[in-house]
Amino acid sequence: MPFSRRFFLFSSSFVVLCVIATFAQSEPSIRRANDAVTTRDADPLVTFVDQQIRQAWEDNEVQPSERADDAEWLRRVSLDIVGHIPTADEIETFLADESETKRADAVNRLLDDPGYVQNWTTVWANLLIGRQTPRLTSRAGMEKFLREAFTKNRPWNEVVYDLLTAEGHYEENGAVNFLLGQLNGNPNREDYTVEATARVTRLFLGTQVQCTQCHNHPFNDWKQEQFWEFDSFLRQMRRVDHRKTDPKTGRRIDDFAELVWKNYEGPVYYERRSGVMEAAYPYYADQQVDPAGTTDRRMELAKVMARDDPDHQVARAMVNRMWGHFFGFGLTRPVDDMGPHNPPSHPDVIDRLTDEFAASGYDLKQLIRWITSTEAYQLTSQFNDKNRIDDPSAGEVPLFSHMYVKPFTAEQLYESLLIATQATAATGNYQEAEERRRQWMREFLLIFGGNEDDEPTLFSGTIPQALMMMNGDLVRAADSGMPGSTLHEVLTDERLRSDPQRIQRLYLSSLGRLPSRREATMSQKLISGSPDKLAAYQDLYWALLNSNEFVMNH
Amino acid sequence: MSHSRGMSRRHFLSHLATSSLMAPSAVHFLSNLEVHAAEVSKNRKACILIWLQGGAPTIDMWDLKQGVKTAGEFNPISTAGDLQICEHLPETAKVMDSLSVVRSMSTREADHERGRYYMHTAYVPNPTVVHPTFGSVVSYELGPQRPDLEIPAFISIGGGSFGPGFLGMANAPFVVQANGQITNAQMQGMDERRLQQRLAMLSVVEESFIKSDRGELPVAHKDVYGKAINLMTSDQMKAFKADEEPQQTRDLYGGTDFGNSLIMARRLIETGVPFVEVQFPGGWDLHQDVFNSLRDQLLPNLDKGLAGLTRDLKERGMWDDTVIVCMGEFGRTPRINQNVGRDHWARSWSVCLGGGGLTGGIAVGETNEDGTEIIGKSYLPGDLWATVAHALGIPLDRVHKSNRGRPMKLAGGGTPIEELIA
Repeated sequence: MPFSRRFFLFSSSFVVLCVIATFAQSEPSIRRANDAVTTRDADPLVTFVDQQIRQAWEDNEVQPSERADDAEWLRRVSLDIVGHIPTADEIETFLADESETKRADAVNRLLDDPGYVQNWTTVWANLLIGRQTPRLTSRAGMEKFLREAFTKNRPWNEVVYDLLTAEGHYEENGAVNFLLGQLNGNPNREDYTVEATARVTRLFLGTQVQCTQCHNHPFNDWKQEQFWEFDSFLRQMRRVDHRKTDPKTGRRIDDFAELVWKNYEGPVYYERRSGVMEAAYPYYADQQVDPAGTTDRRMELAKVMARDDPDHQVARAMVNRMWGHFFGFGLTRPVDDMGPHNPPSHPDVIDRLTDEFAASGYDLKQLIRWITSTEAYQLTSQFNDKNRIDDPSAGEVPLFSHMYVKPFTAEQLYESLLIATQATAATGNYQEAEERRRQWMREFLLIFGGNEDDEPTLFSGTIPQALMMMNGDLVRAADSGMPGSTLHEVLTDERLRSDPQRIQRLYLSSLGRLPSRREATMSQKLISGSPDKLAAYQDLYWALLNSNEFVMNH
Repeated sequence: MSHSRGMSRRHFLSHLATSSLMAPSAVHFLSNLEVHAAEVSKNRKACILIWLQGGAPTIDMWDLKQGVKTAGEFNPISTAGDLQICEHLPETAKVMDSLSVVRSMSTREADHERGRYYMHTAYVPNPTVVHPTFGSVVSYELGPQRPDLEIPAFISIGGGSFGPGFLGMANAPFVVQANGQITNAQMQGMDERRLQQRLAMLSVVEESFIKSDRGELPVAHKDVYGKAINLMTSDQMKAFKADEEPQQTRDLYGGTDFGNSLIMARRLIETGVPFVEVQFPGGWDLHQDVFNSLRDQLLPNLDKGLAGLTRDLKERGMWDDTVIVCMGEFGRTPRINQNVGRDHWARSWSVCLGGGGLTGGIAVGETNEDGTEIIGKSYLPGDLWATVAHALGIPLDRVHKSNRGRPMKLAGGGTPIEELIA
């Protein structure tokens, strides 16, 4: 079954692909960040993507699910763009809005929200240096660089250029932290830059070449030679760690780090499996770079790879990653393992989006507008009887005939709990709040595990996770009913005159929707049956925050 | 950004399938117990890893040198086994007929983190994949075979173990403090009635999300909450209460925190947990003052604990089912530095192990006169874990798949150490 479906997808789209290729060439469309498209349905790119996805539904005899209602959709798009659930007020406003462009307007509002910058800074800091910051690498510096990039909506390829070429002090030039984070050990070792090579190609080119370090990959089109050719571009750098004496203890402690130039000329030598030594010269995308010591190899690489992006591979990698971010599954699985060995589920969708993204000047916000205005993104996460086979978590090729449920990430959970409970509004300043956040993330990583390859999502399904949600400090504080908190507000707000109104408000604040009739009845029973009103409301809110629905983006 | 759904969840779901078989009714439960009874009694195999963080100077413990520049301050003494060990391990010497020492470990990673990784996983660190610590492998292999186990199959006392890597968080070490405290296991100030009230309401919300037909994740969530609540209220939680043991037993283990951790480990294994890692409290990174530290603090503590555990397991008839491994991330330099310390050394060092049907009372392999080289065959961490796997009845040809689909051999493809399994 999977095979035949993939075959269908592939063959049906192939014809269209040829047609589009001509079309795209003859009519390059260039857009800028500020041209917010308000009549989303009319965007020819979105129409095209919708057609392609519909075609695959037809080919696979699948019927799409219903359009998600506004509450479900707003919660989803908020989590995806700003990294947390919407507030109860935002939902009420959105539900009351009768404008035909309300969804497009909401996307634009979210893209302008400070949460957009914070969310994407977090997402990319995690990808670039991992959740557990390597030693003598500055997360603050990394985040500062990213914040600036997302605030200005800098072209993605320019961001990549900076990350590839950065040099200097880890806080003065935050971009260096990406490469710094991949470098450790003796800079004269042959494998000093291997991790950097693997990470650069995976993140920016969407290809996994790490295995080709030692041998030609049986499926991948990268050869061992290419790995070392790419690696040879990264040889002219090293980290320099500065230490100092702690005046209090007299001990030597870490001070700061720098990424500096290291002399390197000529080829890189590597060993084939046969034991034969080979030489690899700096060579990328049919472009040979002078291997002399005077060439700045990283800059040459960045020029070709990021500035020219000849095959739009940098654009394609980002498109696929973005698609995966919004739908839970990319157009290839995993999103960063593209190549002939792993054909995309919707080749024409990724091709077209890639070309248009490049033509837009690598405009991330525009890419997000396109993806969030597709028909597929509007659908509910509920299955129907005609799309039950569309279940990528069971290994099927995604058809995007309904939204896939995404478990919260660590950060989404934390930020959403703050929104749901307004716990920070009640206490402390920004710095205290940041410190609490860091502390919680530390505990979280301990319980949830966390390297960037295998994202700690709230819900990888372990007992300590459940225990933390049920009994941990954060939920307990959130549920304490202290002044300023949601619970306190709901119980004291004069506009909320009855239990049903209060119950509704708590549902909106946590699950982003109104309770069903049965839920309202059961909640009312809980409240009425308890002599202690605060305790009863605490119990209700505890149940809402601990529910499967709260910790899932659907 | 992508939400990977690899082996961890699938494996986790298979756990759920097992446990839901048990759930439906008391009758069903009983008949299941009967069916499992034979298998359960057959399969009580377990491993306790005693971890000596920092890298213990095994040249002063298990493989003493005399009359050379690298010799330490201690004398070797004869033991109940066919080998000599350090004079400051007198209690262990008395049970040494049950334990053996592999004197020919050669593990090349002499950095704390890398060594810790290598000794726990049998793989050297590699940027392309995160390997599971061996406790996670045991949890993955033996956990599903123990449906009566309500607590996690891999418990780490005092922390310090490694993660489950590509085997997924369902096989992560369940960390408990040395005093038996489990983070977040207590619902503070919550009486039974209120807890029930909360859970009833939770069930209403969860059921309605499940009924809304959004796939398997919402169901998995409810099931794990079920397991967590079971844990909070399970009788098996008693296993964590080492202080319930009679004073006599606690004395047997030395009456220390380390002793209590080992008692807890034994109780956990009695309950059916197949892998427990105990972090020795106190560091072994003895760059200075190695002999005083060993004589005054580390060795007496280790000695009483290790000997106590061995005796206790034997008295309870658990010895042949329980493997003990005692090691750190590497050994320490034969050369004694200017601070009367020993530095990191991975080329030639020793590990002590026994139980689980392994041969006791022997020294496997040897080092040269000053301890700087191994004479003859040397062993890698994979060989050690393959020996343990053999003792636990885990087939050595098991291959796990990394998240990228790469096949990974059990115990790094190691081979059981022949002298120990003969």
